[in-house]
Amino acid sequence: MPRLDSNRSRRIKESAQELALFRRRAMVGFAIVMACLLVLSGRFVLLQVFRHDEFHGRSEDNRIKPRALPPSRGLIYDRQGRLLAENVPQYRLQIVPEQAGDVDATVTGLRAVMSISDDELERFEEERKLRRSFNSIPLKLQMSELDAARFAVHRFRFPGVEVVPYLTRYYPEGALLAHLVGYVGRIDTADRARLEDSRYAGTSHVGKSGIERYYEDLLLGQVGYERVETDVLGRALSTLSRVPPRQGRNLYLSIDLELQRAAAAAFEGQPGAAVAIDPRTGEVLAMVSLPTFDPNLFINGISRADYAALLAAPYRPLFHRAVQGGYEPGSTIKPFIALAGLELGLRRPGDTVFSSGQFRLPGLPQVWRDWKAGGHGRVDLTEAMAQSVNTYFYQLAFDLGVDRLGGYLSQFGFGAPTGIDLSGEIVGVLPSRAWKRANLATEWYPGETVIAGIGQGYWVVSPLQLASATATLAQGGLRHPPHLLMASQDGIDAAREMVALPPATPTFVRTPANLDAVRDSMIAVMHGPTGTARAFGAGAPWLIAGKSGTAQRYTRRDGEAYDETRVAEHLRHRALFVAYAPAQAPQIAVAVVVEHGSSGTRAAAPVARRIIDAWLTKPTP
Amino acid sequence: MNPVAIRVYLRRWMARLLSRPTLDLPLLAALILLCGVGLVVLYSASGGNLNLVLNQSARLALGFALLLLASRVPPAILRSWTPWLFATSLVVLLLVPLIGSGRSARSWIDVGPFFVQPAELLKLSLPMMVAWFLHDRVLPPGWGTLLVCAVLIGVPTALIVVQPDLGTGMVVAASGVFAVFLAGLSWPRIALIGGVGTTAAGLIGWQFLHEYQRNRLRMFLDPESDPLGAGWNIIQAEIAVGSGGTFGKGFAMSTQAKLDFLPEHTTDFIFAVFAEEFGLIGVVLVLALYAFIIGRGLWIASNARDTWSRLLAGALSLTFFVYVMVNGGMITGLLPVVGVPMPLISYGGTSAVSLLAGFGILQSIHAHRRLAAA
Repeated sequence: MPRLDSNRSRRIKESAQELALFRRRAMVGFAIVMACLLVLSGRFVLLQVFRHDEFHGRSEDNRIKPRALPPSRGLIYDRQGRLLAENVPQYRLQIVPEQAGDVDATVTGLRAVMSISDDELERFEEERKLRRSFNSIPLKLQMSELDAARFAVHRFRFPGVEVVPYLTRYYPEGALLAHLVGYVGRIDTADRARLEDSRYAGTSHVGKSGIERYYEDLLLGQVGYERVETDVLGRALSTLSRVPPRQGRNLYLSIDLELQRAAAAAFEGQPGAAVAIDPRTGEVLAMVSLPTFDPNLFINGISRADYAALLAAPYRPLFHRAVQGGYEPGSTIKPFIALAGLELGLRRPGDTVFSSGQFRLPGLPQVWRDWKAGGHGRVDLTEAMAQSVNTYFYQLAFDLGVDRLGGYLSQFGFGAPTGIDLSGEIVGVLPSRAWKRANLATEWYPGETVIAGIGQGYWVVSPLQLASATATLAQGGLRHPPHLLMASQDGIDAAREMVALPPATPTFVRTPANLDAVRDSMIAVMHGPTGTARAFGAGAPWLIAGKSGTAQRYTRRDGEAYDETRVAEHLRHRALFVAYAPAQAPQIAVAVVVEHGSSGTRAAAPVARRIIDAWLTKPTP
Repeated sequence: MNPVAIRVYLRRWMARLLSRPTLDLPLLAALILLCGVGLVVLYSASGGNLNLVLNQSARLALGFALLLLASRVPPAILRSWTPWLFATSLVVLLLVPLIGSGRSARSWIDVGPFFVQPAELLKLSLPMMVAWFLHDRVLPPGWGTLLVCAVLIGVPTALIVVQPDLGTGMVVAASGVFAVFLAGLSWPRIALIGGVGTTAAGLIGWQFLHEYQRNRLRMFLDPESDPLGAGWNIIQAEIAVGSGGTFGKGFAMSTQAKLDFLPEHTTDFIFAVFAEEFGLIGVVLVLALYAFIIGRGLWIASNARDTWSRLLAGALSLTFFVYVMVNGGMITGLLPVVGVPMPLISYGGTSAVSLLAGFGILQSIHAHRRLAAA
């Protein structure tokens, strides 16, 4: 109907004109539609005709995916080929979120079927954030057979959930070699940043400590691949080709499992550390750190409760005392000081010093004492060593001076990492002016040289350093850096390939007679009529050269305030002992630290004796 | 009633139907054919899931029932209901943020036995409202009239886009804009409004887009930059289409869908499966079918009795085209991924039902066409 358009314009609504306008517009609209549909068709032509070959290829590739075949980790044996770390079959439960749909409901449903701890759930959620939804994420790493059976019954209810067999690490000796062999653990976020992704495709674990970490490269092996026809969820339909993985190398350690057992048993439950080295090669025969822990707990993620228990346990079981523990060497340093005095021409073996029980430096008020009130009288080197006469070594150290003392003793490896094939060993402290200036920013005082002569003051050594120095002394100044890896092997049937020994540094001892004098004095400790450890040398079928030491607890590393007066006397001391045997042709050198031992002689000497006996009585292989 | 009377009545009814059918049979046939193609592809894309096919058949049946029902309601009555329909659908849309539900976008309302998407209602009520407003205005529209139209279109569109449902918002806005276009908006004004509107939408709209919507737009520009993430859908759809070639891999032979590479292969990306299985030839045939439906709709519009009917029928036909273009562009990588189904082929009830109801109105308009024209 024509109608007046109120006030603004005088135009009239004219339907015939409107209709004509509409029809024109409809024509234009349809033309645009056809044009667009032509463009769309053109696009289809481009994709389906001109680029068909390319997309055909990609469609084929889509179905074919490379899949990583993780290598099995190399095994670890002791020097006799006894297993220290092996791989055992295990089942894990994993979820592909995209396929599962409602992951939370799936997890809730699974918890009704089997036990899934909060720890496991938390780790699952953490990993879920890191991975894409079409990747599988492990939920439960260790399924019992019961779990696996129950899941099989309910399987149809859980799309996207699968049970996968895999090999997991197992340490049959458990706690005995926990610190040394170390353990593997699940690759975590920090590891992921550090590791080469392609080498770890399909691998879930990585060496976290000890040998497992140090020799990760050898143990890992080489990842293999297979090309499988899959759907998008990675379900393999068939295998097209396969590059098998190469398993990691098997490692043979220089450790002797029986000696290790004997050494650990020798401590009779006391906390401490012992290192035994073959001085002829530098091979570490046993390395004990007590208390210890079960490394198997860590493999698939330690539970909170277990970890809390380990952290709360007395004497810090996770701490590797043998290489990371720093101790004052005490009197065990005396044989090295003695050799320095002889070699540098300040003493002859027969030279004597009078021990009055007190030692003073001219012009200084301090008094340094012998352990025996009233002194030991006039003593030569042998007596000074046998009775551990402090005055002899106070005077000798003072005569040497801190520079010559430090310079000579550094040749035994003190104050430097030994270079053993383990990570995390401490550097230790060989007292020197330079060290004091760098660390305490003060001058060196002569009194500090005096106590350095009996292994006190700034001294810090690890049991490994002490054992290595003892081995060097036993070997006549020939220093083989201590090491653990003896041989490696490419598969169980291949020949063992011996590891080239690190070259020994040529001996620094100029006069072999001086060595004999020190050795004889150390024999006197064990076998002489006045020897402090004669009770523990008695009845030995071989001559043992040894020296005890007692030191106060070194607290700097702990970082905690230490109030000596609140701790019972015997708890303040570290009992130390170094020894090698047979004295004439040494086959073993040991260093023993017993924490909270009453004295080096009583607490540590018997441990050292048992280790030596265990090694020398065994039939040579 | 005696049997003779019934027979007489039936004969008259048949005669009337055949001489001057109330339904436009070519359009109806094209729609049925399209739905048939949709069910066939759905069977294949779902991996032979008959339940899904039956489900969709039931929805389509409901849609055709609505089509027949709407075709019996005279346009004048529909027109008089228009403001109320529009107001009601706006109110329901406003309720969505309060009582709505949905996986990524809160755009569904639970009405007892089923869910409805209020935005779907606006696909019909918005063009109806714009046409209603323009019905007794002098055309081509002046600035004042345009301003009112802009508000009528802009408010519901904004409400839908923030749900967030970019695809539906676009379709709804298009349906209103087409009505204004068909009303004869002058070309200079179209150029001006188009230019300003595009710039403004680009600048302001981007701020209001959700991150996933922005990502989709970014991915459209460079899908290979994140081939396993956001770009995955685009790449896999292109692979499906391209690997189909000229003749296709054959019915139920789509590897992209069967091996689960193509996501959403029964809904938004179903046409990629069709293209993979039936090739370029199938694609061109289906696009021709769509073109026929759109052209037929515009033809019905041209013969409509009044302005409201004309504008509405034209707008609905062109909106139908928007579905085809946006979805087709999406699966071929020509346009960004927005959630718009391939009309009457994609699995999903709500849009099929609202589309078929819209074609019911078209049929009604056809039935009440101006007799002078022919």
